[in-house]
Amino acid sequence: MGIKLGDVPKKELLHNGNLACAGCPETLGFRHVLKALGPNTIVVNQTGCLAVVMQMGVPKVPHFHVLFENAAAVVSGIDDALKVMDKREGVNLLVVAGDGGTADIGLAALSGAIERNQDFIYVCFDNESYMNTGGQRSGTTPFGARTSTTPVGKEVRGENRVPALRKDLVEIIAAHNIPYAASTSIAYPMDLIERVQKAAAVRGPSYVHCHSPCPTGWGIDTKDVVTVARLAVRTGCVLMYEVENGQRRLTKRISNRKPVAEYLAHQARFRHAMADEALLADIQRGVDERYTAVAAGWA
Amino acid sequence: MSTTFINGNMACALAVKQARVQVVAAYPITPQTHTVEYLAQFVNDGELDARLVKVESEHSALSACAGAAAVGARTFTASCSQGLALMAEVIYFTSGMRFPVVMGVANRTLSVPVNIWADHQDTLVNRDAGWLQLYASTVQEVYDLVLCAFRVAEHEDVNLPCIVAYDGFILSHASEPVSLLSQAAVDAFLPLAGVTSRPTLDPANPIQMGEVLFPEWYPDNELKKHRALADCGPVLARAFADLEETSGRAYGLIDRWGDDDAEVVLLGLGSMMETARWTAEHLGEHGESVAVINVRSFRPFPEQAIVQATRNARVVLVLDRDIGYGTAGMVYPDVTRALYHADHRPDVLNFIIGTGGKDITPETIERCIALGRDGFSGQTVFWPDARGAEEGLAWTAASEEAG
Repeated sequence: MGIKLGDVPKKELLHNGNLACAGCPETLGFRHVLKALGPNTIVVNQTGCLAVVMQMGVPKVPHFHVLFENAAAVVSGIDDALKVMDKREGVNLLVVAGDGGTADIGLAALSGAIERNQDFIYVCFDNESYMNTGGQRSGTTPFGARTSTTPVGKEVRGENRVPALRKDLVEIIAAHNIPYAASTSIAYPMDLIERVQKAAAVRGPSYVHCHSPCPTGWGIDTKDVVTVARLAVRTGCVLMYEVENGQRRLTKRISNRKPVAEYLAHQARFRHAMADEALLADIQRGVDERYTAVAAGWA
Repeated sequence: MSTTFINGNMACALAVKQARVQVVAAYPITPQTHTVEYLAQFVNDGELDARLVKVESEHSALSACAGAAAVGARTFTASCSQGLALMAEVIYFTSGMRFPVVMGVANRTLSVPVNIWADHQDTLVNRDAGWLQLYASTVQEVYDLVLCAFRVAEHEDVNLPCIVAYDGFILSHASEPVSLLSQAAVDAFLPLAGVTSRPTLDPANPIQMGEVLFPEWYPDNELKKHRALADCGPVLARAFADLEETSGRAYGLIDRWGDDDAEVVLLGLGSMMETARWTAEHLGEHGESVAVINVRSFRPFPEQAIVQATRNARVVLVLDRDIGYGTAGMVYPDVTRALYHADHRPDVLNFIIGTGGKDITPETIERCIALGRDGFSGQTVFWPDARGAEEGLAWTAASEEAG
């Protein structure tokens, strides 16, 4: 099971150099996604960090930066047009988008495109907030996190939604009976490549959710970004799994799950929580409940 | 060529079918909906080799058309009113990307108050969005203008999207005899090979689309887009000429009816100009000479043609089936701008009529003429069919009813 390092194509589909912040793992993730798909790929890039840093000719494949919420609709038009013109065969249609564009403003367009059985691979890089505009909270911002619109104040300390309420994107997408959906992380590039290749093999829509910590927005030392991403998985904050024809399977099984505090301690956005036992306990409880509820019974 | 008895939505759909459109994406909204239903039937009957993207919103409808255009397909959407308003962001995106999408609009006002009937508010609030805007005044014109729209939008010097507007219900749902071109004639008029002269998204020749443009270069791009629209009148005129050669039906960017030396000239868009012409003919029989200018192409705006067509006028009465709240109708300022530096500058008055589908009857037109024939006397904007207009407006419906 799994792809070997030697199987990963050597060919780079991004030119060297881009506008990303130092330590940004999203560009790393995008690099691996393109390696997984190869050069016969058309990229529709919804507005977000990646769209900005890919400006000025970074990708070596066709790259279309569209609006904030319409990539799934644009790719639908491309898909249907290529089919009518008999040019669809052998071309991967890839949407890349952030969590704000996917979970919030673009959710309807994505839902529509899936329900219509459009043939595309949708990769969402989730950095848990609107980092491109300076770190405002999004529908995937975790409970307790400080963002620029959920500041730590005298009365409210960080994102204070009810912890049980969440936009669980993989589950929302899976509820469409999509042939393939998966959750992965930039910390596990081989897994990311495998998930994207499985997604590409599907005729019809497929979805890959890729957790992607943001050193700038979360306040992580750039050298620790991959470590933090790995800790997100090892603490159970991020589940790596796939949903294939309705069957859920953990793709990264965690033994000896670590306390959430080990993950949060690296992040300035949780500094207030590290000094607040009650809040920390609430965060831990939220993660525990979801981990137990969701992962129980999966293969 | 054959003649058939159809409504405006069917005329639009038949033109789209004969244009061999490859991708249609649209969302239902009254009174446009039938256009898309007809197209769906054509596709499902195998009469049109197109994909119909059954989108979940108008925002996605135009986005899907943009995607299809990005790979070089001929695309069509239809909408109106709230749907156009929801599309707003993508309307600018489409013209900025220079995608030749054609959109049929069965004109309808914008809520609230809730109202599904015809006026030009929905398209005119998009007058500055970089799209061509053609206004039909008959069902036949709906058919002809949709064909011409593809021709002009896809022209290598234009590459801009185009709205073909036709009044909701008045044209969309009313049937008239329409003369159709043969498929061979349409194919000759609109070869599919000519859809785009620009690079497309193609892995064999990778390009990047939708990139940032920094301030230093932004005005250069704006000027190019502006010129492409401002200067495309001759391309449109050429399309009309070619259509005339095939069909025998002659269109101008404007059509002027009436005596060359008429002192009073009515000017406006859409089906109400048919009523205006009927009224002017009737007045002519009673000795009053009134000319009528039907502005078929609002974008590009045929400035010089309007200057020419009003060179003997004492007063131009601009009929606006819309309102730019707080100022005037939205056709009016373009006409005044065109005439301000003309050698001959007539008075130009503005009449807001028929908003929200209020019937524009010959009496409405006669009221406009009665209020405006003496020229400017302190007031420029009149609401002859609204209750509660200014004191002294003896022609308001309210005073009629009260009287």
